[in-house]
Amino acid sequence: MTTRSPILSLRGVQKSYGPIKVLHGVDLDIYPGEVVALLGENGAGKSTLSNIISGTVQPSAGDMTWSGAPYAPANPRAAIDEGVGMIHQELKLLPKLSIAENVFVGRYPMKAGRIDRKGMEERARSGLKRLGLDVSPDRLVEGLSTGKQQLIEIAKALTLNARLLILDEPTAALGGEETQLLFQQIARLKADGVGIIYISHRLEEIRQIADRIVVMRDGAKVQEFDRGDVPIRTIVEAMVGRSLERMFPALPTPSDHVALEVRGLSSPANTFRDINFSVRKGEVFGIAGLMGAGRTELVRAITGADPISAGEVLLHGKPVTPRSPIDAIRNGIVLVPEDRKLQGVVLDHSIAENIGYANLREISRNGWISSRRIREFADGFIQQFGVKGRGGQNAGELSGGNQQKVVLAKWLARKPQVVVLDEPTRGIDVGARSSIYDLIINLAREGVAVIVVSSDLEEVLGVSGRIMVMAQGKQAGILNREDANDVSVMELATI
Amino acid sequence: MVAAVKERQAFAGGLLPSLRGATGPLIGLIVLCLFLTLATDKFLSIRNFLNVLDQITVLGVMAVGMTMVILIGGIDLAVGSVLALAMMVLGYLNVVLGVPMWLAITLALGAASLNGLVAGLLITRFNVPPFIATLAMMSMTRGLANMITDGQQIIGFPAWFNMMAIVRFGGFLTLTVAVMVVVFIVGLLYQRYRHGGRVLYAIGGNPEVARLAGINVQRATVLVYVVCSFLAGLSGMVLAARLDSVQPSSGVSYELDAIAAVVIGGTSLSGGTGGIGGTIIGVLIIGVLRNGLNLLSVSPFLQQVIIGAVIVLAVTAETYRKRK
Repeated sequence: MTTRSPILSLRGVQKSYGPIKVLHGVDLDIYPGEVVALLGENGAGKSTLSNIISGTVQPSAGDMTWSGAPYAPANPRAAIDEGVGMIHQELKLLPKLSIAENVFVGRYPMKAGRIDRKGMEERARSGLKRLGLDVSPDRLVEGLSTGKQQLIEIAKALTLNARLLILDEPTAALGGEETQLLFQQIARLKADGVGIIYISHRLEEIRQIADRIVVMRDGAKVQEFDRGDVPIRTIVEAMVGRSLERMFPALPTPSDHVALEVRGLSSPANTFRDINFSVRKGEVFGIAGLMGAGRTELVRAITGADPISAGEVLLHGKPVTPRSPIDAIRNGIVLVPEDRKLQGVVLDHSIAENIGYANLREISRNGWISSRRIREFADGFIQQFGVKGRGGQNAGELSGGNQQKVVLAKWLARKPQVVVLDEPTRGIDVGARSSIYDLIINLAREGVAVIVVSSDLEEVLGVSGRIMVMAQGKQAGILNREDANDVSVMELATI
Repeated sequence: MVAAVKERQAFAGGLLPSLRGATGPLIGLIVLCLFLTLATDKFLSIRNFLNVLDQITVLGVMAVGMTMVILIGGIDLAVGSVLALAMMVLGYLNVVLGVPMWLAITLALGAASLNGLVAGLLITRFNVPPFIATLAMMSMTRGLANMITDGQQIIGFPAWFNMMAIVRFGGFLTLTVAVMVVVFIVGLLYQRYRHGGRVLYAIGGNPEVARLAGINVQRATVLVYVVCSFLAGLSGMVLAARLDSVQPSSGVSYELDAIAAVVIGGTSLSGGTGGIGGTIIGVLIIGVLRNGLNLLSVSPFLQQVIIGAVIVLAVTAETYRKRK
């Protein structure tokens, strides 16, 4: 395969912000028709590198060539014109416009001074077809699944004649089925000779999709594998730069005392129905299932964030069915929500203020409160949870892992009895994940009943004493740790 | 990484941090005062300073309420109409019906607060966007204010009422200025040191985070609109004292002045940042600017142009500073 010439070559590409060097001379070649997995922890330099390739950021030193010619895009437009398509993690589609309009936004095909709607839809349709996507181009983007929206982004890049696609965590929000659909489309694109840079934290899928693996650490390329099926452990060790002990700490033995019990719980929107389970003190209870199985809706209902239409929630045998988050929090049932940035922290407020928001009553005396008191209150937790940041710093400046610790600190300050974590490590890099797992297990050790919802099978299997599998809003079964493995869970999830 | 080194000065202690994010406007105010001191010989005098204070009382009281609304990511377009309604209720009760002044004022403020309650409930219970809810209230309230006397003004308040805005106690503060200063201080303390004040920042920062953190977002939102309307009513009392009369056409477009003062003071229209400290500076900038332009005999029409330019300048300077 190396007989062909690369589409894109990087030689000694560097980037500095003032005195801080974030990229230390990276060499990289991308050949047509291959998928190169770009791996590394957050802050390893993957985003900077892809931003340089896509023209968002200019390198401080080094050379790039595109099909043999010098390549130095001054802005994203220039990169797009050359044929670089960047698919961002956060989708940038306009929900109220049609698929065709989204594909051609800003460069509508014109005919006799008017937008050529017919031509536009025709071209959009052929783009969608190329990706095996069976939707009408005149339908609105709103309401399409994340996976389909992702494919529309790709279709948009393809109508721009992209020869290199950069996919930044494309599967972060996708369920198993959608992920497989995406992979099929990637295979098609490969066959068409498109080069693909694939950034992901989900190492299991790399094996399926990658032809080569490039591992980055601290702004430098540390290792390259010429094949995709490298053992995950080897990759992780290259990423973190040390050999790993076990990722998951040992589970404590739960007590016999049932802390939380859920009886016949159903949602008004029918996203879940007739759910029954109980969690003991000191137990970690996992909830697995595919995207759309109703897991998030269920735990949001248990913590009062979403309404309940039938059934009840009991805490230590007493009914505590919550009507609002306030209700649940008063009873010591708290939620670490799925979407940190939208539900967990206020990004442009300080760490201390964020920790304070769930504890204002406790911090204030007779309703009086001061920033200094909030700061003092928060400092203890910042230290206890090893948040890498200072109280006065904005939460938005923290890495995902540290933001998650802030959300946890906010709740654990209240000494909750039940802690529900929805996708606790989504978008968090491997090194930081184990410290989140340690926190989870420590909670259980202190006698807290913990519920963990995760799409990451390895994670649910690793931290849970028992696992409930959900499928299409129903409870498909509860597995004990001994019986739970990826096969048994997936069997139940796909019922 | 660069960002990690940057530590916000949020916790320096004292009331000074209330001006956080308003250092730009503060510098602007100082520069403005220096310029006017040099350009006119009348600007720099205690007498003129007290004049400025007298002139900003109505805007000042109103802008404090507006700050709280904008801080939670809302907007209140009805404050100008609420001011007029409160004035007309006051005039009708006291002058026409002979209700004692203290009771008339209480009822007028109650009527004003009721407006905020309705707006707050429309926003929280019926999910009407704040812009629309208060736009509707603006129209309805103005209509009600006009209906009381069929558009006529009312005169004939007791003599001492007007004196509140004229007599300078201790040769210094009129009662109306004192009212504004008290509102400023209480507002600052509430925003910075009360549980309920901190909650506003959480709601403005991200209402869903606040809700999931166990904050009663709906109740806080309703309360903020009630307080904002109450203060609009109070500014109506101040204006009535200053004019010694009430008319239903008072306060047209005052809501825009109040919003301008808040924005010049550095509070973001998207909520969550800024505060009353900045608004006080914003109010002073508008007050000093109007006063100075009058001293320079600039025509009122050109004044409008200049004030608009100042709003643009303040906001772009702040945006630019943040980007850096």
